[in-house]
Amino acid sequence: MSRIFPLLGFALLVVLLVVGLKIADRKTNLPSPLIDKPVPAFDLPVLASPEQRVSKESLLGKPYLVNFWGSWCVTCRAEHPVVTELAKRNAVYIVGMNFRDETEDAMAWLKRWGNPYDVSLSDFDGRVSIDFGVYAAPETFLVDPSGTIVFKQLGQLTWEVVENEILPRVASMESGN
Amino acid sequence: MTPTRKRRLIAVLVIITGVGIAATVAMKALNENMLFFVSPTDVQEQALPAGKRFRLGGLVTDGSVSRADDSLAVTFIVTDGLQSVDVRYDGILPDLFREGQGIIAIGELTPDGHFEASEVLAKHDENYMPPEVADALAKAGNVETEQ
Amino acid sequence: MTVELGQISLLAALLTAFVLGLLPMIGTYTGNRRFIAVSTSASLLQCLLVIISFGILTAAFVFQDFSVEYVARNSNSLLPMGYRYSAVWSAHEGSLLLWELILTIWIAAVALFSKRLPEVFRARVLAVLGWISVGFLLFILLTSNPFGRLIPSAAEGLDLNPLLQDFGLIVHPPLLYMGYVGFSVAFAFAVAALLGGEVSRDWVRWSRPWTLVAWAFLTIGIALGSWWAYYELGWGGYWFWDPVENASFMPWLVGTALIHSQAVTEKRGAFGNWTLLLALSTFSLSLLGTFLVRSGVLTSVHAFASDPTRGIFILAYLGVVVGGSLTLYAARAPKMIQGGGFAGVSRETFLLVNNLVFAVLAAMVLTGTLYPLLIDALGAGKISVGPPYFGLLFTWLLIPIVLALPIGIYSRWQQDSSGRLSGMLRWPFLISLMVGTGVWIMQPAIGFVSAAGVTGGAWVIVGSLFYVGHLLKKKSSLRIPASVLAMTLAHVGMGVFLIGLSMTSTLSTEKHLRMDAGDKYEMAGYTFEFLGTSIVRGPNYTADQGEFVVTRNDREVTRLYPQKREYAQRGNTMTEAAIDPGFTRDLYVSLGEPLDQNGQAWAVRIYHKPFIRWIWLGAIFIMSGGFLAAANKRYRRKMTVKQPATAKTREVTAS
Repeated sequence: MSRIFPLLGFALLVVLLVVGLKIADRKTNLPSPLIDKPVPAFDLPVLASPEQRVSKESLLGKPYLVNFWGSWCVTCRAEHPVVTELAKRNAVYIVGMNFRDETEDAMAWLKRWGNPYDVSLSDFDGRVSIDFGVYAAPETFLVDPSGTIVFKQLGQLTWEVVENEILPRVASMESGN
Repeated sequence: MTPTRKRRLIAVLVIITGVGIAATVAMKALNENMLFFVSPTDVQEQALPAGKRFRLGGLVTDGSVSRADDSLAVTFIVTDGLQSVDVRYDGILPDLFREGQGIIAIGELTPDGHFEASEVLAKHDENYMPPEVADALAKAGNVETEQ
Repeated sequence: MTVELGQISLLAALLTAFVLGLLPMIGTYTGNRRFIAVSTSASLLQCLLVIISFGILTAAFVFQDFSVEYVARNSNSLLPMGYRYSAVWSAHEGSLLLWELILTIWIAAVALFSKRLPEVFRARVLAVLGWISVGFLLFILLTSNPFGRLIPSAAEGLDLNPLLQDFGLIVHPPLLYMGYVGFSVAFAFAVAALLGGEVSRDWVRWSRPWTLVAWAFLTIGIALGSWWAYYELGWGGYWFWDPVENASFMPWLVGTALIHSQAVTEKRGAFGNWTLLLALSTFSLSLLGTFLVRSGVLTSVHAFASDPTRGIFILAYLGVVVGGSLTLYAARAPKMIQGGGFAGVSRETFLLVNNLVFAVLAAMVLTGTLYPLLIDALGAGKISVGPPYFGLLFTWLLIPIVLALPIGIYSRWQQDSSGRLSGMLRWPFLISLMVGTGVWIMQPAIGFVSAAGVTGGAWVIVGSLFYVGHLLKKKSSLRIPASVLAMTLAHVGMGVFLIGLSMTSTLSTEKHLRMDAGDKYEMAGYTFEFLGTSIVRGPNYTADQGEFVVTRNDREVTRLYPQKREYAQRGNTMTEAAIDPGFTRDLYVSLGEPLDQNGQAWAVRIYHKPFIRWIWLGAIFIMSGGFLAAANKRYRRKMTVKQPATAKTREVTAS
């Protein structure tokens, strides 16, 4: 009978690990509590010319992406080709939200790798990123013309996500109007 | 056969006792070395006893890092978006320690309410944030952004 | 380009692995000898296909094909050539491919070098290994394909993490995996034995050389990891009881129990179930470790990028492999306690202590590693288990092992007397006490526990060496059997390790301080003078390099040049410590942070670490002992099914 013990012990271990996986899954796929909620208020200076400002009100009326990034963020570099391709196709208005970054570093980064953003804003102290619930970079939000968040991508934007989640939503928003 | 049986019985008893002792010592050691994770909100809103070691995690508030002139003592503020805690540390900060980034400090609360850190750990790459910190931030962030 | 060929090669390997798993196994039940013969060709073909696949991925790195996403994420045009090779296994997908490559190499080796095994048994061993390979190939192809393209292609790569741009990364993973994965062979032997219902001990003898080699590799793999952390991380630490480290340590602990248990089962027939179970558990722990570090279930600074969906796959795989083998064990393992009985004082008893303690150690490490998960799952909070838990248990559990070791070596099988043993061990006992006391008197700062540790290490070393002397005296010839030499080497290594560990844990001195150019600091009789920093350029980094002159009794001992590097591509900062290694001590300096604008005042870490090299030296001895034991010609004799007890079994028994 003692020969069963190892198997039983293992079974218990598996139970624990399955629970562990569920917890880990929750951590990486935290559904955003902001989906279907109004986009948080913001009024931020433009990165290259800080005397100009953009607020959430000025963006009403068209769908747009908000892409949180920083020059310190390695994965942002990895998703950059995807953002660039998206920009090339002119599919949706892209707002670059540079946060917790020195302006010179951000400008240098954009100069070096290319600037895909229709407008780049500077959230220097990260207050806005906290309002958006951003805890890692990159994170990307899709906002509809009425100013409601309809989709959030946690982590790197892949072309798959763009094709399956973002473009269809943008298309339906534009045809719906 | 009886002496053999007796010997086996003794052997089994010795083994069980040994394993039992090991297990007891282990549980005790586990409990003494468990470090709970606490967020700045927990610190400020709950009465945490001074003198008990725990892990404090959050973001380093921008502009809060200040070094002494003549020693390695450094102070900074750790926040989760809602509440903050003053941290004091005497030593060399890790390479990836930066304002606005997530860190975990291990230490204890002093009677005057600041956190005396014996160890400061920063994320090991720019995008990694200890899940506990992320959870705490998300929780704090959620409460704030109800619009 | 041709990277898709790499993927196709893997697919072909998967098909081959299927065939390997299926046909020979069926053949052993239907008596189809052609099916059985497939095992050799399938094993070799599978290996070739994975080598091709791995070669293609390596080529993508060497020729800097940034259209491959994995290459773009882990390499860079400035990356030196040497690291382009090792970058292949620097992240999840590539390291898995390395895992699979090493698995197929082991399988091919078994196919080539066990022709003398009984046909049916051998076919089953290879088939089981084939199934293990199927699982891994599926995992790679379905969830972790390194050949994915980046569209549009990246103009420049992200660069290999600077922490990994180092000699350690080149050697540590391959050697570690050789061990980790190599235990699959012992696993397959045990499963084949269970399938065949072998109650005889021959399968144990056949599996011993394979197990010893895997264990030796794992020993050096872990030691390398520890050494690497020591010089790379800049804080002088060498073991942190981090989940990833624990994941590799647990198979080693159980593997150590296994090699000893195998010896008993082969020679005396006892511990049959122990040996079976340990063989199954060692590889199971390897798989568990792989799961833990790649699934996101545990937080660790070392862990690969975590992905719970991958975790599900590995867990399912783990469930099938481990669950299946344990079910087989429960159903088939012969009833407990057969083979020779043994007295209270006998070699078997001391080896039983060994088995038990190592198993308990592994269980303790597993508990400590999984405890945070358990507490989180129960919703009782987020905790981490501090290193003192592991350290305390490790210390206590080592005591019975250290005590038993020399006694076990001298013991006769089956029955011995404590009077005889204590007589023979009198001198080792006294000598080790003298050594321990001597050290304590000369360095009172060492403390009782570490002094006891040094005594224990000396006890193990002296006891082992005295045994050799005893054998020589008895035989009055200078020929020591290689097996005894191997055993002695490994045990001495254990003693050396123990001494290094004890000395360094309490006698190390460490100081963090602010130093301006021209400042001096004295530690352990050495004077460290800081001469300021200068700028230095490397192939892909710029660094502040400090200069330290170390003197002792006014004679210059060495100059140390620690660096603080800034890697352009990723913007990472890295500390490069400067070490003066020595047999009896290491001097270690690393830069913390600049404390003023012109970089002439720095926060600095200075360490004096006595005997720390003994830790890794001990591991080298242990590894050598393992390899030497595996080379024993005894294993290469024709493998007959029944082998009567020969004079060989008496040769290692003291009498």
